[in-house]
Amino acid sequence: MVQPMVKGDSSTSLLSMRGITKSFAGVRALGGVDLDVRAGEVHCVLGQNGAGKSTLIKVLAGAHQPDGGEIRWNDELITIPNPVAAIDTGIATMYQELDVVDGLTIAENIFLGHELASAGILHRTETTRRTRELLERLGHGDLNPHTEVGELSAAGKQIVSMARALSHDARLIIMDEPSAVLDSEEVGNLFRVVHELTAQGIAIIYISHRLEEIREIGDRITVIKDGVSMASGLSVADTPTDELIALMTGRRIENVFPAHRPVPADAAVLLEVSGLTLRGVFADVDLAVRAGEVVGLAGLVGSGRSEILETIYGARRATSGTVRVAGNALRPGSVRHAVDAGVGLSPEERKSQGLLLEEPIFKNVTLASFARFARVGLLDERREREVAREQIDALELRPADPDRQTRTLSGGNQQKILLARWLVEGSRVLLLDEPTRGVDVGARSEIYSLIRQLADTGCAIVVVSSEIEEVLGLADRVLVIADGRVLTTTDTDAIDEHGVLDLVMKGTAA
Amino acid sequence: MSESTTTPAPSESGTPGPSAIRRLLSGPAGRNLGLVIALLLLVIVGWATAGSRFMNLDNVETIVRYGSILGVVAIGTTFVITSGGIDLSVGSVMGLTSVVASLSWVQNAANQSTWLLMVVVALAVGGLAGLVNGLVIAYGKVVPFIATLAMLVAAKGLAEIFANKQSQVVGVKGFLDFFRGDLLGISWLIWMFAIAAVVGWFLLARTSYGRRTIAIGGNYEAARLAGLKVKRHTVSLYVLGGIAAGIGGVMILARTTAGVSTHGALYELDAIAAVVVGGTLLIGGRGTIVGTVLGVLLFSTLSNIFTMNNLNISVQNVVKGVIIVAAVLLQQRFAARSSRS
Repeated sequence: MVQPMVKGDSSTSLLSMRGITKSFAGVRALGGVDLDVRAGEVHCVLGQNGAGKSTLIKVLAGAHQPDGGEIRWNDELITIPNPVAAIDTGIATMYQELDVVDGLTIAENIFLGHELASAGILHRTETTRRTRELLERLGHGDLNPHTEVGELSAAGKQIVSMARALSHDARLIIMDEPSAVLDSEEVGNLFRVVHELTAQGIAIIYISHRLEEIREIGDRITVIKDGVSMASGLSVADTPTDELIALMTGRRIENVFPAHRPVPADAAVLLEVSGLTLRGVFADVDLAVRAGEVVGLAGLVGSGRSEILETIYGARRATSGTVRVAGNALRPGSVRHAVDAGVGLSPEERKSQGLLLEEPIFKNVTLASFARFARVGLLDERREREVAREQIDALELRPADPDRQTRTLSGGNQQKILLARWLVEGSRVLLLDEPTRGVDVGARSEIYSLIRQLADTGCAIVVVSSEIEEVLGLADRVLVIADGRVLTTTDTDAIDEHGVLDLVMKGTAA
Repeated sequence: MSESTTTPAPSESGTPGPSAIRRLLSGPAGRNLGLVIALLLLVIVGWATAGSRFMNLDNVETIVRYGSILGVVAIGTTFVITSGGIDLSVGSVMGLTSVVASLSWVQNAANQSTWLLMVVVALAVGGLAGLVNGLVIAYGKVVPFIATLAMLVAAKGLAEIFANKQSQVVGVKGFLDFFRGDLLGISWLIWMFAIAAVVGWFLLARTSYGRRTIAIGGNYEAARLAGLKVKRHTVSLYVLGGIAAGIGGVMILARTTAGVSTHGALYELDAIAAVVVGGTLLIGGRGTIVGTVLGVLLFSTLSNIFTMNNLNISVQNVVKGVIIVAAVLLQQRFAARSSRS
């Protein structure tokens, strides 16, 4: 840990958070975050995907309640029990997921919850006038207050979100990756507004992973990693980039990656992707995976990683390009064809996209293949249970009870069910999207060795992960992706975490 | 999946689409225009098949009066559906309110004081049923479909118990006289429909309450994060729906002069159909009272034409079904188009 370098007295802080902790269903999201924000400063919060930035924001916005720690506002101990309390305190939040209502107009969205009204009757002209003012202040006087927000682009929605924060006369505005959806001209606009706000004494918490931006706009930095603040209140001007990246990536001891067995040069290419393009999402992806090989896709959330996997699998229909499995071209947009050819996908959102949570383990294991166990159309649950039991033993799935309801299992064991499903189906090409998301740190190494074992038995595996160290530790080769383009393809021995992060940040800034 | 926010289409965000006419037609005015055209087509059909029996003021009043009870109930339902909910109980709540308002002790008390007491009782019963719906949905976290289905069954049973499976004839003179009378030659039932429509339109389109209702249906999480008291608001919407059902109960009581537990049966489905045909999105986030009123008039004109031509009710139901499906298909096409932009 680096010592905080708070200049001056901490009593000058507008906001001061100490030791904030928060867990969800036993999985720790925040394990002790300290954050001090002064009036009139731009305080950047830096961290990798999954470091806990979003959870921290939601604690401040009153959307989550912390399990421990204290929050002070002007040196007074406060709690933020709900979003109304946050707004009343003077904290406004611009969420990354663009929390606007599509069916309402720009003006209606901006004043939602604090409508200009007397006795409940809306003042429409006044609302329109104030909306115009706010939009002009943001350099978007061209937007019509009566346009429905659903018709706006993501960038337009961002403007609405910012105007709403301004309309609250907040003293602290939290901006969660505001530049992610803006082009360079609009980023300039954003910075102008930020400067204007800070000149008025408003504090900004600015969340971003673009270091150049932080250099340009930020005053101080707090770095978060694995839900813990690694350093608070570093000066932007005096902290070298190397140090920031080191703080963001500092190696964890818990993750032990299994040894790679060299893939024989003559191993058959099981999956071959060439020129795969999904218009507006990613373009010209080339990828070849041999039997026994693990290939990783590294990149930020939104870079197109998951979409690439889904397109290979046929869940999205490619605009152009081909996918071959063991030499045979797959029909674009046909999941059935991909599955028949031996491709299996373990999706990013395990619970919503992968599992029937209310059903027992065995029905989830045989979901892709139960018809094979059926006789004249009648399901044979006895055989399904047998098959599931074999997999439970092979993958050390716990509890070892095929009839256990899937919802009650831990994240790691739910992940094993998805692997088992494709092993039963006999899939040879496995596409794993965030296989350790929501899996306890301790259970991760088990998933890692399982993935390695599957490769050693001759499967071709593609892994997507937001955690660069996971991709590098697990894969033989890595594709670094930013904004839907493959920046580089290299052996994992030839690149380190720092190198990948560097590429990604330059790639996205471009 | 994660974000598809990388698509750059920034500054032209507010400018009109490819064709201003198409844009107008896909807006609220355009969708209502579609209903008006459909209504005009029906009028032409009515004129062609039944001539002057159809095209006269008396018949127009008949059509509107016929739709007035459903209209009031559907206006309440519009609020519930706009918020992303559903209320299956309004029909049997109507029956329950008509029975309770015509219980002998209520009628005795009304005879001794004022006939308005019956109306107050009906609204209170409807509001109470809505309150139970709302609490179970907002705080009990039961999905609206199930919660209001339970209320449908329970209110029906309760009405049967109160009525002892008999119809209770209304003998309160003031009540009967008032509803038999008219204002400016127009039946009070129609006036009630008109007032409900104006109040409903104002509430949905011109007040914070309506704005918040749309927001909750459009994006519940965003509404919550914007600081709306989403649970309390949800409860109030079902109370509103229940009160509308209570007014419907009073109207049906006035028209039939008897409280019967089967009053209002299947009104919930007709109300939902009228709301959806009117252009309110069944998934919430978009609601229109004008559309609902037009939807109700569309259905009642259709019934009128079928009756005029001595066609049976079954054929009428088939045509109604086709209209509902066509309206929903149009809505989906609209939704797909707006999500692409």
